[in-house]
Amino acid sequence: MSSFSVTEPTQRTKWVSGTLVIVYALVTMLPLAWIMLTGFKSPADAISYPPKVIFDPTLEGYVNLFTTRTRQTDAFLAANPPETWYEEIVREYDMVIAGPSKFGERFLNSVIIGFGSTFLSIVLGTLAAYAFSRFKIPLADDLLFFILSTRMMPPIAVAIPIFLMYRQLGLSDTHLGMILLYTAVNISLAVWLLKGFIDEIPREYEEAALIDGYTRFQAFYKVVLPQAATGIASTAIFCLIFAWNEYAFAVLLTSGTAQTAPPFIPTIIGVGGLDWPAVAAGATIFLLPVMFFTILLRKHLLRGITFGAVRK
Amino acid sequence: MTDTPVTRAASATPSRVARKIRGLSDRAIAWIFVGPTIFLLLAINIFPLIWTIRLSFTNFKANRNREIEWVGTRNYERILTDSDIWLNMQATAHFLFWTIFFQVLIGFTLAYLINKKFKGNDLWTTIIVLPMMLSPAVVGNFWKFLYQPQIGLFNYIVAFFTGKDPSSFEMLGSVQLAPWSIVIVDTWMWTPFVMLICLAGLRSIPDYIYEAAEVDRASKLRQFFTITVPMVLPFLMLAVLFRGIENFKMFDLVVQLTGGGPGSTTELTSINLKREAFEKWRTGYASAYAIILFVTVFGLASIYVKALNKVKER
Repeated sequence: MSSFSVTEPTQRTKWVSGTLVIVYALVTMLPLAWIMLTGFKSPADAISYPPKVIFDPTLEGYVNLFTTRTRQTDAFLAANPPETWYEEIVREYDMVIAGPSKFGERFLNSVIIGFGSTFLSIVLGTLAAYAFSRFKIPLADDLLFFILSTRMMPPIAVAIPIFLMYRQLGLSDTHLGMILLYTAVNISLAVWLLKGFIDEIPREYEEAALIDGYTRFQAFYKVVLPQAATGIASTAIFCLIFAWNEYAFAVLLTSGTAQTAPPFIPTIIGVGGLDWPAVAAGATIFLLPVMFFTILLRKHLLRGITFGAVRK
Repeated sequence: MTDTPVTRAASATPSRVARKIRGLSDRAIAWIFVGPTIFLLLAINIFPLIWTIRLSFTNFKANRNREIEWVGTRNYERILTDSDIWLNMQATAHFLFWTIFFQVLIGFTLAYLINKKFKGNDLWTTIIVLPMMLSPAVVGNFWKFLYQPQIGLFNYIVAFFTGKDPSSFEMLGSVQLAPWSIVIVDTWMWTPFVMLICLAGLRSIPDYIYEAAEVDRASKLRQFFTITVPMVLPFLMLAVLFRGIENFKMFDLVVQLTGGGPGSTTELTSINLKREAFEKWRTGYASAYAIILFVTVFGLASIYVKALNKVKER
């Protein structure tokens, strides 16, 4: 673009708009930064007034997050000196660590269900998207609309019969049940996004491959899949983020074995009310991977959001 | 068939026949590819929906093992004449209207500013987008901490700028403020979404339109209202549609933040539905409620899409 272009904003405009956007970004980051800070505070610092920006950082919140603790008598405490740094932190409150908390398990559940459902959504979604993109399917538009409209249902509305169905099938509170459910929710978006990405790949590539003697299936996985790799990756991130963040189904359909982290984090209770540093620590550990991925894959993600929306 | 270039070329020419020889027909492949998706959606979306419709005409309670009785349309009549449910609808409407209002206002402004292409704009865009990637339940939970009177950061900052006592107002505990507390958090979280869609709209406007307007000596303000706004409008309307559908279904964020209280001032329809279905276990009644909500969203969305298509055609 030439420097004489009338559409290029002036330096002053750029400077003013830049400043406004940065101010907004900083304000919007404040709650997140505050939660991350709170994770490193002692319970007393976390609820002090005025709010403390400068404080003695401690890992107490993180220790409390990963452990369960019990109060002990002075005699017992004197007889068993603390052996580890985390034991020492707990001793300040005349307590000992009784065992690991459920947070690790819940986090692992989030990982298993998140990746499991993402994998399944991508496999099924890519196949369906390819078929919709390349073959004449009767009522294709209606089917696509049907696939999309399933997202309009409030999760609670779907949860009632699914609750009953899963109870019958023995799928309640199982990893498999949650994986299937999240796949069903994600697949509409996955098909829609992936169809867009596959539409962009010229048909000539596959046709050339077919002429070279590839079967349709070989052409699909040797020619189309590598071409669609970035599209598949960004769709996968969307599915993963949804499954990672989902709460309504998780809280209604799981209670123990397959419970994910979102329903668990708010229930972390400390001595005398909510243990805010531990809650903040849990939130931090849970939110950081998503933030990390967002920043790392921003180009694909941002494109995916607008692309997915604008195509409809 | 021996695999030589000649046979390959020969078999490739009448493509339909050739593909059949090589194995499955395209049609079979199409169904094999689409089949599992359709099956999954039928099993986990459509079958449950039909089941819900059936249940909505009964007095079934999922926590009891009694005979299911058909009650006709009684559940529907009771819901539509229940004044408490109309209150929940009003709370939902308030939430919908104001979240969309603020998100459109702030989102469009931000997109407009970012589109001025200042240095580092994509980095800041990414930072602004972060809240919408997070888990709504966890976000609701930590905003509850920020909203605490006396100890919360939000109250402290408001007090700092207004000179009020930070413990003199309770965002989550007061009937007047609670509906706004959920609007604030939702706006904080989802403004970036509206912003991204608007940004896509702004970037789709070709430069030459502005250049032509400049040649015609149209003022910047006139250019804004005759070029920028009409060309971004379809995008903006799409963003509103998505936010509308999502916020009509809103559950996780608000349930963690206020749990529907105080009283039922922030009890959105989804939260109310959850109470009926999974706390009072009035399964039949809740099913009818679910159907009413679904029909409402679907109906409103269809009307809106029609309007949207008209705007696009212009």
